[in-house]
Amino acid sequence: MASQPGSEPKRHWIRVLFILPFISMLWVSSYNRLTPELFGFPFYYWYQLAWVILSAVIAGIVYKVEH
Amino acid sequence: MNWPALTVFIALFVFVTGLGFAAARWRAGDLTQLHEWGLGGRRFGTWVTWFLMGGDLYTAYTFIAIPALVYGAGALGFFAVPYTVMIYPFLYLIFPRLWSLAHKHGYVTSSDVVLGLYGNKWLALAVGVTGLVATMPYIALQLVGMQVVIGAMGVSGEGWIGDLPLIIAFVILAAFTYTSGLRAPAMIAVVKDVLIYVVVIAVTIFVPLKLGGFAPIFAAVPVAKLTLAAPVGDTYGAYSIYSTLALGSALALFLYPHSLTAILSSSSPGAIRRNAAFLPAYSLVLGLLALLGYMAVAMHVGTDPAYADGFKTYGNNFAVPALILSVFPGWFAGVAFAAIAIGALVPSAIMSIACANIVSRNIYRGFIKPHATNAEESQVAKIASMVVKLGALVFIIFVPVPYALQFQLLGGLWMIQVLPSVIMGLYLRMLSGWALLGGWVVGTATGTWMASLTSFKAAVYTVTVLGVSFPGYIALWSLIANIVVSVVLSLLLKPFVTAAPILAE
Repeated sequence: MASQPGSEPKRHWIRVLFILPFISMLWVSSYNRLTPELFGFPFYYWYQLAWVILSAVIAGIVYKVEH
Repeated sequence: MNWPALTVFIALFVFVTGLGFAAARWRAGDLTQLHEWGLGGRRFGTWVTWFLMGGDLYTAYTFIAIPALVYGAGALGFFAVPYTVMIYPFLYLIFPRLWSLAHKHGYVTSSDVVLGLYGNKWLALAVGVTGLVATMPYIALQLVGMQVVIGAMGVSGEGWIGDLPLIIAFVILAAFTYTSGLRAPAMIAVVKDVLIYVVVIAVTIFVPLKLGGFAPIFAAVPVAKLTLAAPVGDTYGAYSIYSTLALGSALALFLYPHSLTAILSSSSPGAIRRNAAFLPAYSLVLGLLALLGYMAVAMHVGTDPAYADGFKTYGNNFAVPALILSVFPGWFAGVAFAAIAIGALVPSAIMSIACANIVSRNIYRGFIKPHATNAEESQVAKIASMVVKLGALVFIIFVPVPYALQFQLLGGLWMIQVLPSVIMGLYLRMLSGWALLGGWVVGTATGTWMASLTSFKAAVYTVTVLGVSFPGYIALWSLIANIVVSVVLSLLLKPFVTAAPILAE
């Protein structure tokens, strides 16, 4: 499909950042533990919730760079 | 009967009903045109798209079922969090491209896209029917959420009287969807989200306050449940189950007709990309909601005689309503239950509209009356939206809940089978329609067979490679079979098939 002018932003190498959420989330053994705790949350829980915020930050960065 | 809760609940319900009917005049368009009725005229900007996507990604079933899973099974239920983390890259990278294609050619459904890409109407039909079959029990399951909260307010009765509140709620839903189309859920989604946020924030402040922080909440849960069981021996055990459930769900999510409806109704690819950055706000809420399961454990609602009947009737799905009743005064419980019930209405409306678009565009126009006028097409869609909802209602009243859950499980693994046709075709020109249809048949059959081995009670099948076991989500394994067959058949068929009339540029 030919790209449509104006609708597709310039594709940028920065998109490789999107691989990080996949590596971190699919590598379950890296976060399946209880410590260190944060605000009473075991590691397993706060780490995965932190990735929600990180993935939003990544999408924001990619958007900023491309637009 | 919990009168304070019921009064607030009914007041909020009446309010959103009015909103639903008023929505027909919002950014008024010609509602006899399918793209106006069924896609809101494709004029929704970043914010409305955000509410709309949030409205159908996080449904009443999610608000009830995920905490219920955490309540019952512990750490495994948290797979919903990595699942939502992984959907945003897909949303950012793939769907603006699909939007551009759909916008250019006036596509309303994924079947339209497939027909445009490969010119094969049987493949388009397969994609459309997959969407219908996978969505109908999903709508029925929204009703489970509604049933649980109505039951939690003490409204009950024998036989059909007991189902009456649910039937009334559904008739209202059907009526405003019929008159206002997608504009109705888009408008109500805003109210729903405000209510949900208020409730989630209230719960996550008050319960820890009551119990002395989050540490006591986690301490109330048996340690073995707080993390996944570490695999022993030649198996990836709970690890591969957890990661494949998350990845498979993420891949399937945007293929559902209703997700696609929300995406296609946005005004620009930019609105979709900005949403990839904004939607995680919902995921945080989802994560907090999942923890309501542990809060329910910490509040000992399961052993409280006041809730024994609820748990007996609704199983672990009653965990969140019981938690809300035990923590809040009646009137606020009413707000919370209204939030959950309205949270069921919005996705139900979007899902039925999405199904209706398929019926009118791809089945009525595609196979029954190819020269139907736009007005006829839109009229068929409106009627189809009623029929689909009626089907879901009959389903919930006559089919016992556990059965519906198994059906939804199948729905997910069927839905993912359209991925090669809808998504891979955007990037690869080597795929042919007949080969993809072959892949779809193999994927659907493999997935259904794997699920049948568990009598449709579990979503997990163990694949063994070189002596190492990978238990995992069936949807993902059957998708791999589907992709392999699609690609290999495309290569084999290449000499015999003239290049598909791909995308008149």
